[in-house]
Amino acid sequence: MSEYIEHDKAGVSVGLVEKKSFAFAEPPNEMILESGARLGPVTIAYETCGELNDDKSNAVLICHALSGDSHVAGYYSEDDPKPGWWDIMVGPGKGIDTDKYFIVCSNILGSCIGSTGPCTYNPKTVEPYGLDFPVVTIGDMVKAQKALLDHLGIKKILSVIGGSIGGMQVLEWCVSYPEMVVSAIPLATTTRHSALAIAFNEVARQAIMADPNWNNGDYYSGAEPDLGLAVARMIGHITYLSDESMRIKFGRQLQDKSDISYNFDADFQVESYLRYQGAKFVQRFDANSFLYITKAADYYDLEKQHGNGSAVEAFSKTKAKFLVVSFTSDWLYPTYQSRTMVQALKKNGLDVSFCEIEADWGHDAFLLPSKSLTAMVKGFLERVNNENGKEENAL
Amino acid sequence: MRFDLQIIASWIEPGAKVLDLGCGEGELLYFLKKDKQIEGTGIERVESKVTRCIEKGVPVLQGDINEEIQDYPDDTFDYVILSQTLQQVYEPAMLIQSQLRIGKKGIVSFPNCSCWNVRLQLLATGYAPITKQLPYEWYDTPNIRVITLKDFRKFSKEVGFKIIKEVAINTQNQAKSGKIIKFLPTLFATYGIFLIG
Repeated sequence: MSEYIEHDKAGVSVGLVEKKSFAFAEPPNEMILESGARLGPVTIAYETCGELNDDKSNAVLICHALSGDSHVAGYYSEDDPKPGWWDIMVGPGKGIDTDKYFIVCSNILGSCIGSTGPCTYNPKTVEPYGLDFPVVTIGDMVKAQKALLDHLGIKKILSVIGGSIGGMQVLEWCVSYPEMVVSAIPLATTTRHSALAIAFNEVARQAIMADPNWNNGDYYSGAEPDLGLAVARMIGHITYLSDESMRIKFGRQLQDKSDISYNFDADFQVESYLRYQGAKFVQRFDANSFLYITKAADYYDLEKQHGNGSAVEAFSKTKAKFLVVSFTSDWLYPTYQSRTMVQALKKNGLDVSFCEIEADWGHDAFLLPSKSLTAMVKGFLERVNNENGKEENAL
Repeated sequence: MRFDLQIIASWIEPGAKVLDLGCGEGELLYFLKKDKQIEGTGIERVESKVTRCIEKGVPVLQGDINEEIQDYPDDTFDYVILSQTLQQVYEPAMLIQSQLRIGKKGIVSFPNCSCWNVRLQLLATGYAPITKQLPYEWYDTPNIRVITLKDFRKFSKEVGFKIIKEVAINTQNQAKSGKIIKFLPTLFATYGIFLIG
């Protein structure tokens, strides 16, 4: 996902938030990963907004995508220039209303923004893990989130919400911990990557690994593979946009010049944009984390891992109510993938809503302001919240 | 709520499982959920209407009714409703069969093309009739089927489904009020509503 940290036009915000961390899996009780490897201790960075109610029934878990973090909404300080990455959706009176719900968002396992990942110190060597960090999966990321929720005393999640790789975590939650998940909102996501998505990820990884500074993942004491990571990010950005959005945003316009320069500078605006995005990204993201997280996303296969190859069988494990949303110009996670998901949910007799939003902005559309997305998320959460109360009373 | 929807709603028992094909902004389902605590879901093609449904708390799937109806297991619903849409369906027999496969009962309503004003217009003017129920020119109408109450009864025998109950009504297109027509319905009813099984 791109960075679209937009300020709320009305200036409404949840206000100050604090990044916290939770440590678990202290040796010898390490976390056992899907691959069989052991990892510990594990730290998970997380943030919360809103208040957990007395019966702990209003928890909403937000799962971020590839390059996101736990900072979903609000500001770290009074003079913080930017709010969290989904501030337009999360806040008082917003789509995910912090006056009603207790929101939890954690940095995924394998990332580099507070949670344990390849750039964390390996307690055995007192060096950063680098490639000694075990390959983690979407299932492992969710398992770590589950440990966090256990720590917070949350036994039921009113809704798990996320887009893209965050959406994969949403689906994983539904089938791995069905007793905990009341509802789910997977946005612009899939049960498994297409060959196209894997191909783009592979080119991005190759860009990192081809950078001599990458040094087999062992670069933390010297120069970092910034060029490789920047190219990887540029590729990512292309896949997050669409032909339509690029035409509208850039066309063939030149950057700060009246004619082409007959050299290899950034002539076109689109070139300059991608270079800028790449350069900005390397300041905040770790190249090894990029490798690990994209690999986890490519490995994810809900059908295979939970349903012997069948999405219908995989979803037979869940009882959650679903709101599935896709976007017309998203070619990374096209609508047909959401429809396949919806079909499997229907075949299980589950309560599912689906909407394909007309949007020119490609995969990134899920992060951009959209009145209809906000209205749907809000309405859906209100309904599941009401029905949840009634069902609890009936029991 | 539209008069025909009020009649449809009166046929549905509290707590039933209902699917509304072409549910629009979810008016009927919203009412049934609130008043009869039904478990309902809709299918609608138009994005803005889908958004309205979900916003109101009515579960809905965006898609084509002919395709979306295929994925449900047999007898998933107590009622599958097709209100004022049959005249726009390309393969009505197949749709009604699917309706009765996934639902124990079906409810179908459509504008009656044998109403006296339709007959009179064609006879007197020689032009394809334009009425309040079917307010389109022949070249811009979404309504590709011309159906009468008698046609539907004949159709039920040919396709092989049972008409359990039928009500003929006289009401305007989106009107909240109307009346039930018992005397010569084929002439005086603007809409027919059928409970089928």
